[in-house]
Amino acid sequence: MTTWYDICTFDEIPAMAARTVRFGAREIAVFRTADDHVFALENKCPHKGGPLSEGIVHGRKVACPLHNWVIDLESGKATGADEGCAEEFPVKLEAGRIRLGLPADAAAAE
Amino acid sequence: MKKLVVIGAGMASGRALEHLFEADPSAYEVTLFNAEPRGNYNRIMLSPVLSGEKSFAEIVTHDDDWYAANKVACRFGERVVSIDTKAKVVTGEKGEVPYDKLLIATGSAPFIIPVPGKDLKGVVAYRDLEDTNAMIEASATPGAKAVVIGGGLLGLEAAAGLRLRGMEVTVIHLMGHLMERQLDPSAGYLLQKDLEKRGIAILTNASTKAIVGSEKVEGVELADGTVIPADLVVMAVGIRPETTVAKAAGLDVGRGVKVSPQMTTSDPDVLALGECVEFEGLLFGLVAPLYDQAKVVAKTLLGEEAAFVPKELSTKLKVTGCDLFSAGDFMEADGREDIVLRDPARGVYRRVVLEGDRVVGAVMYGDTAEGSWFFDLIREGTNVAEMRDTLIFGQAYQGGASLDPMAAVAALPDEAEICGCNGVCKGTIVSAIKSQGLTTLDEVKAVTKASASCGQCASKVEQVLAFTLGDAFKGAARKTMCKCTDLGHGEVREAIRAKGLKSIPAVMQELGWKTPNGCATCRPALNYYLVCDWPGEYVDDGRSRFINERVHANIQKDGTFSVVPRMWGGLTTAAELRAIADIAEKHQVPLVKMTGGQRIDLLGIEKENLPAIWKDLNDVGLVSGHAYSKGLRTVKTCVGKSWCRFGTQDSMGLGVKLEKLMWASWTPAKVKLGVSGCPRNCSESTVKDIGIICVDSGYDLHISGAAGLHVRATDLLCHVDTEEELLEYAGAVLQMYREGAWYLERVYKWQERVGFDTIKAAIVEDAASRKAYWERFLASQKVAQVDPWAERVAGLERHEFSPITIVPALAAE
Repeated sequence: MTTWYDICTFDEIPAMAARTVRFGAREIAVFRTADDHVFALENKCPHKGGPLSEGIVHGRKVACPLHNWVIDLESGKATGADEGCAEEFPVKLEAGRIRLGLPADAAAAE
Repeated sequence: MKKLVVIGAGMASGRALEHLFEADPSAYEVTLFNAEPRGNYNRIMLSPVLSGEKSFAEIVTHDDDWYAANKVACRFGERVVSIDTKAKVVTGEKGEVPYDKLLIATGSAPFIIPVPGKDLKGVVAYRDLEDTNAMIEASATPGAKAVVIGGGLLGLEAAAGLRLRGMEVTVIHLMGHLMERQLDPSAGYLLQKDLEKRGIAILTNASTKAIVGSEKVEGVELADGTVIPADLVVMAVGIRPETTVAKAAGLDVGRGVKVSPQMTTSDPDVLALGECVEFEGLLFGLVAPLYDQAKVVAKTLLGEEAAFVPKELSTKLKVTGCDLFSAGDFMEADGREDIVLRDPARGVYRRVVLEGDRVVGAVMYGDTAEGSWFFDLIREGTNVAEMRDTLIFGQAYQGGASLDPMAAVAALPDEAEICGCNGVCKGTIVSAIKSQGLTTLDEVKAVTKASASCGQCASKVEQVLAFTLGDAFKGAARKTMCKCTDLGHGEVREAIRAKGLKSIPAVMQELGWKTPNGCATCRPALNYYLVCDWPGEYVDDGRSRFINERVHANIQKDGTFSVVPRMWGGLTTAAELRAIADIAEKHQVPLVKMTGGQRIDLLGIEKENLPAIWKDLNDVGLVSGHAYSKGLRTVKTCVGKSWCRFGTQDSMGLGVKLEKLMWASWTPAKVKLGVSGCPRNCSESTVKDIGIICVDSGYDLHISGAAGLHVRATDLLCHVDTEEELLEYAGAVLQMYREGAWYLERVYKWQERVGFDTIKAAIVEDAASRKAYWERFLASQKVAQVDPWAERVAGLERHEFSPITIVPALAAE
């Protein structure tokens, strides 16, 4: 079961940027790409836990600010030579607002 | 979860743990004992550390983060006292740990020859970092003398390293020629000649009688009575398996801990690997078989089937400039024949040993390019009857194949081993390149581990890359900016000016970028080029800046930031310090530290708190120190004439003027300045990007120093008489660098590329050119000198600093 949370308006995330969403102890990065798609990943690089929200967004990828791992925004997976995966979360756009889907049990756990 | 205890954090057990965690990270909870007070490092690379070609940090293979990520309980610096195999408990100096499986990886101990004086201060083995550091320390005394006992692989690497560090070195070797286990006498002779050319004295057939000295070592006495003076004696006569703990536990121990092909000892729950084991009568001292053992250990621990099979080994000496290779068995024996090639003028020796129609051994010196081909012939038992006549010339001469090294690589079978340390064969590399689209050596290294240990096969790996990628391989010859374009930095910079491109999308469109909006390599570069070339016109693109420059603070490993306010010329006041202290307390700053650039670093600031702390700093007149930028960092000064009895000019005042002139300028890479009040150079100006040395008659302007990854002293650009001139010359040279360098290229790299004379001609010899640079710099600074902190305190990019918080109870539908 997924619970949907209202996050912000689409315009509150600049293109090729991210904002972080705090959810209990968890931090989720919500990205907006140059072609106006929105993706959400756990804000933790699978390499050394770097904050992906601070990375450079290019295409549908983000480069981690700590050691330049490049993470695919659609799958959360590291690209190229590196292996690892950041958890991805569903997002949808409704009437200009971004909604983020989190597993219902996650909400209960917080 | 089952419990695994590992005794010894060396290269073998390190690799076994890697394999184990890769296959099943949750199979075992691991406790790792290590007598050395640190984790795993690449012991093979201690020689480059000794010679100063590498630092210790560069050879660490597993750092604290790695152990933490794999939840390894580290007991470093703690010896294991005993093992109780019945109760399945290991007792360390600080307590007991129970185990389900135990892995013994205690390695080896250096063999110390039992002569009088062996315990004197100044006698060391060559085994670990402590030994290496002791040797480096001993070499620091000018004129110090070293004697290395043992002319094997390890002893010679030690001798070469100590010689490079300036010591007088003598090698004492018991046998008739050096490295007798790997080399025949001819190759040993060539090696000796090469080492003697480097100033290392070599005594063969020399037996050590005693080490002499009263409190510390003073010399080595040979059997014939000769005494060789020494301040340091390195014992490198051999190693023996370290089996003390295993033996005491009642395990079956011969010369080493006896193991089965599954790497289990006489107790099925106790495994062993590495230099401490004995397998079918064999001991192991090179890394390749240990890595094979590591694979087997991981499988056995996971209940999978695997068996260790020893392979033929090859050896290379890691002494820069001494090129030797040996493999297989090259002792003379009945039924064996030799083919030998010599080229005395070039110092080349090559010998191949045949048994029937098969190659069983090879020794080469001086030119070892064919070594791995011969090694393959040995391991595969290839029938060489057909090529016997030309065999000795190497692979290129077989079957009319060309002399092209690429052809040689192309001709290798897929199972040919490219990287001996990690057992990576050609087929593995080729398929990794094809399936994962690898294009650089580093990528291949990361994916396959080929050339990731000792690195000697790097050029071979590059050849495999070149052969696999064909024309797509760019190599080192022509560097494109990144994968998004076929153009290099220089071509892009020219096009930006020539075509008047004034935005990143314009550059990408006009120059045919292959990706929609670039990547993390090209975007920051383009942003800089545009900032530099179109001051006041181009609007900085925050989305194309690295995090540090986007939020004007330095990101730390935990995601917090550090804040460094500017202290002009390194000057401060009591009031300023008091204000900083108050701010640090108010914001509960976890760490306050002096930087190397004469200012104060406040570390551990959460991103959302940055604007608040900046506001407080702004309120007392402090602005951003740009400690995070590819831009002007600091101007380090000494007190100069105003206080120092040696000072010749007002170095503090000049430093402040230079910093006020240059602050907030963006540059291709970071720029640091130093101003020293006299040639004693207390500000270390001669390792700065721009360094000024004040002299009685005026100012010496130096450029292109470095004291980071590379250390380089500056070159003297010119002498000027007045401060005004100095500011103009320094500003002009900075602008020339800004306009001419490639992104991330430090001043000295830029100078190496364009040539010192070019810079001198444009700045010193051509007054009109200098004035033009100077004016362009002033114009650019007019728009650049805005405190970025104040802008953000005032609300710029507010979204950067405000996370969104979800309160689940209210938000749930």
